[in-house]
Amino acid sequence: MPIHEKSLIRPENLVTNDSLVIDGVDVSGHWSTFIRARTITDYNEAMEEEIAALPGGENIHRCWQCGSCTNACTVNAVNPEFNPRYWIYLIRQGLEEELLRDKDIIWQCVSCNKCTYACPRDVVPEGVMKATAHWLELKGHTPKSPSTHFDESFHDSIVRTGKIEEGRILLEFLKKTGQPLRQPWLEALVRGLVKRFPVFYLMRMGWNTVMRPRTRGWRRAGAAIEDYVQERKAGQARALGLDQEA
Amino acid sequence: MAGDLRKVAYYPGCALEGSGGPYDRSTKAVVKALGLEMTELDDWNCCGAMEVKNIDPQVQTYLSARNLAIAGDMGFKTVMAPCNGCYHNLKKAEHDLAHNPEAAGVNRRISAKAGHRAYEPGGVETIHALDWIKKAVGEEELARRAKGRLAGLKVANYYGCMYTRPRHIFPEKDKGPGSESTLKPHFMDDILAAAGATNVDFPLKTACCGGAHSLSDSDMSTKLVLNILTTAEACGAEVIATECPTCHTGLEMHQVRAEKVLGRRTSVRILYFTQLLGMALGLSARSVGVQENLSDPGDLLAEKGLG
Ligand code: SF4
Ligand code: SF4
Ligand code: SF4
Repeated sequence: MPIHEKSLIRPENLVTNDSLVIDGVDVSGHWSTFIRARTITDYNEAMEEEIAALPGGENIHRCWQCGSCTNACTVNAVNPEFNPRYWIYLIRQGLEEELLRDKDIIWQCVSCNKCTYACPRDVVPEGVMKATAHWLELKGHTPKSPSTHFDESFHDSIVRTGKIEEGRILLEFLKKTGQPLRQPWLEALVRGLVKRFPVFYLMRMGWNTVMRPRTRGWRRAGAAIEDYVQERKAGQARALGLDQEA
Repeated sequence: MAGDLRKVAYYPGCALEGSGGPYDRSTKAVVKALGLEMTELDDWNCCGAMEVKNIDPQVQTYLSARNLAIAGDMGFKTVMAPCNGCYHNLKKAEHDLAHNPEAAGVNRRISAKAGHRAYEPGGVETIHALDWIKKAVGEEELARRAKGRLAGLKVANYYGCMYTRPRHIFPEKDKGPGSESTLKPHFMDDILAAAGATNVDFPLKTACCGGAHSLSDSDMSTKLVLNILTTAEACGAEVIATECPTCHTGLEMHQVRAEKVLGRRTSVRILYFTQLLGMALGLSARSVGVQENLSDPGDLLAEKGLG
């Protein structure tokens, strides 16, 4: 990626006048382009601390804005609007309104940790992305992302059984996100597999529904995890000031 | 690596019981063919996969630590995990328990309530299947036994994200000659080269396939996978060798999806490195589970006289 990773001026804030005369001098046209002034009064001063209170956000204060994370980022290469360095800047400045412009893409971080590898300050930008997406959901700015649905299904499966039941999670996920099971590419996959290896494939599907994978003696561990998670969630709600509202 | 590498504990993880079935089958077949020995952990649980840390990272640490405690109780000093995700999580638990007092505290607390001993860092070392085969067998022995069966096969080695990142959880890597590199990993290249394959110069060894959002953001994953597939083809590869069930199924699934949704067809084949190594050792394609893969590499294998 080029070093110039983000324009600070949005096109709608650039103003040109087709015909403008000031003190008798004609300043019409492109050369008198100027930037609309803006005044920011609504800083959210709590935002950085709130995000730092969520898992992954702990080190956000260490960022010195070098941009290595954005430069290394997998998703940024696909969508230049995805910009961890910039979002960390906004959060630390309390520029909530600006951050909310990008609220629907922040969850798309694929957790590849290229940013973590590149970051000279151990910010763990990957964690900050997760904490930020989480914050947006907790504050009601975004609905639960498909990825959050996935995380929750996995977590529930593990708390219940100690293991992940892939097939069931997939079905649950498609249902929760309102996607049809019969998507052409999914069908093509299954058809190809059944054609080449029908008996084994069907057997394994059947076997997994009867013999759900689970860890023996898991009940107490599952309960202990759930206990801890509930406590943590209550603590996070307090940190975000969500407990009084409830 | 400490202890007797001929005998290690085996942590298959959930994926190898499900969609990564062929990886499990081929790993076991290769281990047997090489005269190594591994014992599956008793009553192991999920390591936390890629999802639990987003609910709470400390829970992931506990989940992984419980498995390390079991390995220790069974008398093992080394646990081998073929899945990148599991390998990464066990490594991360080891690191966090040693360096993050909060993680260690939560691990002790949940372990006590769950009624088992809390794992103490330093007890068990986690290694990847690549580490194991390279260190316990070595290239010379592999070359001797493979008799160049993979000769003429052009391979792009794909390591994915979690085998090398974040760097601080792999203290044994980047230690100069003989150690693995986090920037340009080479253990899989070394193993397959010993088996006779020609490794192409592949710049996306540690690129991300978007596996974390394989289904929740499938358009992104399809783009990332397509990039990996087309780059491998441009580098002259006939096969992409994988070492992670999530990467592997991700590449296979999105290869199909790229064709169906974007109309972009690629023909590079995707095989687990253990499947290639197994065939190099003279095992049949069937016994390394090739027919269980989502894509069918039959014609290429026939052309190369494999399987
Ligand atoms: S972990 Fe997320 S933010 Fe970091 S490089 Fe990967 S996609 Fe970008
Ligand atoms: S790489 Fe680290 S220090 Fe640099 S901008 Fe990103 S988070 Fe900040
Ligand atoms: S490449 Fe994809 S599946 Fe593999 S480790 Fe990275 S995200 Fe996971």
